[in-house]
Amino acid sequence: MTTSNPQLERLLEREYPAGFVTEIDADSVPPGLSEEIIRLISARKQEPPFLLEWRLGAYRHWQTMPVPQWSSVHYPPIDYNAICYFSSPRSRKDAPASLDEVDPKLLETYAKLGIPLEEQEMLTGVAVDAVFDSVSVATTFKEKLAQHGIIFCSFSEAVRKHPDLVQRYLGSVVPPKDNFYASLNSAVFSDGSFVYVPKGVRCPMELSTYFRINAANTGQFERTLIIADEGSYVSYLEGCTAPMRDEHQLHAAVVELVALKDAQIRYSTVQNWYPGDEQGRGGIYNFVTKRGACRGENAHISWTQVETGSAITWKYPSVILEGDHSVGEFYSVALTSNFQQADTGTKMIHVGRNTRSTIISKGISARHGQNAYRGLVKVHRGAERARNYTQCDSLLIGDRCGAHTYPYIEVMNPTARVEHEASTSRIGEDQLFYCRSRGLSTEDAVTLIVNGFCKQVLNELPMEFAVEAQKLLGLNLEGTVG
Amino acid sequence: MLTIRNLRVTIDDRPILKGIDLDIRPGEVHAIMGPNGSGKTTLAQVLAGRELYRVSGGSMRFDGADLAALSPEARARAGIFLAFQYPVEIPGVSNVYLLKSALNAIRKHRGEAELDAMDFLALVKERLARMQMDEALLYRSVNAGFSGGEKKRNEILQLLVLEPRLAILDETDSGLDIDALQVVANGVNSLRDAERAFLVVTHYQRLLDYITPDFVHVLADGRLVRSGGPELAQELERHGYGWLKEATAEAGA
Repeated sequence: MTTSNPQLERLLEREYPAGFVTEIDADSVPPGLSEEIIRLISARKQEPPFLLEWRLGAYRHWQTMPVPQWSSVHYPPIDYNAICYFSSPRSRKDAPASLDEVDPKLLETYAKLGIPLEEQEMLTGVAVDAVFDSVSVATTFKEKLAQHGIIFCSFSEAVRKHPDLVQRYLGSVVPPKDNFYASLNSAVFSDGSFVYVPKGVRCPMELSTYFRINAANTGQFERTLIIADEGSYVSYLEGCTAPMRDEHQLHAAVVELVALKDAQIRYSTVQNWYPGDEQGRGGIYNFVTKRGACRGENAHISWTQVETGSAITWKYPSVILEGDHSVGEFYSVALTSNFQQADTGTKMIHVGRNTRSTIISKGISARHGQNAYRGLVKVHRGAERARNYTQCDSLLIGDRCGAHTYPYIEVMNPTARVEHEASTSRIGEDQLFYCRSRGLSTEDAVTLIVNGFCKQVLNELPMEFAVEAQKLLGLNLEGTVG
Repeated sequence: MLTIRNLRVTIDDRPILKGIDLDIRPGEVHAIMGPNGSGKTTLAQVLAGRELYRVSGGSMRFDGADLAALSPEARARAGIFLAFQYPVEIPGVSNVYLLKSALNAIRKHRGEAELDAMDFLALVKERLARMQMDEALLYRSVNAGFSGGEKKRNEILQLLVLEPRLAILDETDSGLDIDALQVVANGVNSLRDAERAFLVVTHYQRLLDYITPDFVHVLADGRLVRSGGPELAQELERHGYGWLKEATAEAGA
């Protein structure tokens, strides 16, 4: 295929459309990490003693841990003492009770991002728990959810109002000593979302959180905990963009899912954080630990992710299949362009009998993008007749990018069946010409071909999210053919 | 409509077309015949704007506009359509989606409203019937897993939906059995009118039994060495292309 196209190069230089900074006084604690800072964070949030002890335990352990080096991503060492671990937007009141009390500037920011809360509240069935920097500023539809006994609130609120649920499940899937970034998160996490769906309840709407990183040098340490009690169902959507920044910004979130017997959790992510410029300057470091546990028969957890942003994406949404007949799914599209790096995949840990897992991973690399799929399928001794199907496809756009696949398979039960398929292809010049000869522009042709490539994954997203994801892929692919 | 003057085309600095002159007026059907490797497909693809080929000399004008200055999509929107010799597969993209995107891109260019799903489907179903194609084909990925014959029919289906002003058919007959050939020819003939022109590129005369050309040109070694009426195709069928070598040698001398 041709290696350069001036028209396309021009399109590529388009600026990141969400790159703006809202001027809001950040009520920040001083930068740096110490026990004192952790005590300060915990005190400001008026946390119960168990949580402070939990944080301190994580912090003490974190100090003993080496920075992990095993992944294929490259970045300069992070100075953890230069990071500010807490900032909250200064609102007119400490705790806004309704949207009217939310800082208008914040609402404006969301509007710029196409997330008008008021409209969402009135017109859509999506309840939004918006996280601006570290503190939840608005929670909607809470009352309607409450009628079903569903708890959907900020993590801080859950700590105050439902401490036993938090104490019971926090760290039960991702322990505070799990890994370097999870430990860091456990020590300093500021806020996030909390969901509890009671027994037998089918959550009547998609739950959604929009994250936005703002305030220079503030790492974001979200903590999300979703519990689906026996026989319940919930679908949770997470979507993000971030303003343009020169400095790298660390984001180390932890998401824990617990699905009890016969419960199902669908967790969908569209991630569009600032990826850095075309020279690879700036951009978010997205080091996330996401894990779900199927803790009962027939429990079902699905992760669906569309990752188009961040300078570095490093995440492996995983499922521990403890309950017999439980099901784990991972559907992923990861797109890397410019100098973006992605090392992403999943872990499917089969413990129970007749457990099943499906992994569909679609990696797209353009320009200098580097995309790695890293996945573990582990079948424990007792996991009779466990089944896994893995499909890893890579699509290359141009000749300076890379795609890598690292499948790890550990099977300790002879009745297990594990399948792995992989393919690597290129967007063909012939495919592009074919579409263009039918009247489609190059960008539309690329979007068409890429969306076709990703179809299996996009089909797993809730409808409104799928549309958004398709647009996002198109946006991020503009001019990448070259 | 289409005026080609002394067109010279190279690929990797190797000359393929060595000075082509051709005039096509609205309503005409021109056939280009010639042996393998004579440059037939190159001519078809260059007209559609394939960037693998370099136009090293001469000119192509479509309604007065310089084609070389237009992107492939701009040519398509202006009304040029190429039915591919080897239609390309696009996994995951449904046939109907590509058709709709293409038609709406062209309509938008003409300043017409995009067709909504209902109107579009009605249009496509009528065209499908003309091509004796199953509706299920609409929802399969573009050309993926299609048989050779299905691919060729699919090209003509696109032709019928997009209704270009100049349709270029590149060896549409190859790989078709006699029944499919008739269906394809009927599809093409259903579009023939005083405003539309066709350039039919073929190796064999048999397609021309069904799509009667007004003019036949013989392409050999990058040059049009003979032009005539439909009888020229018959002549080629009887004598093969062997005698052309002498003609080419003379032309080159």
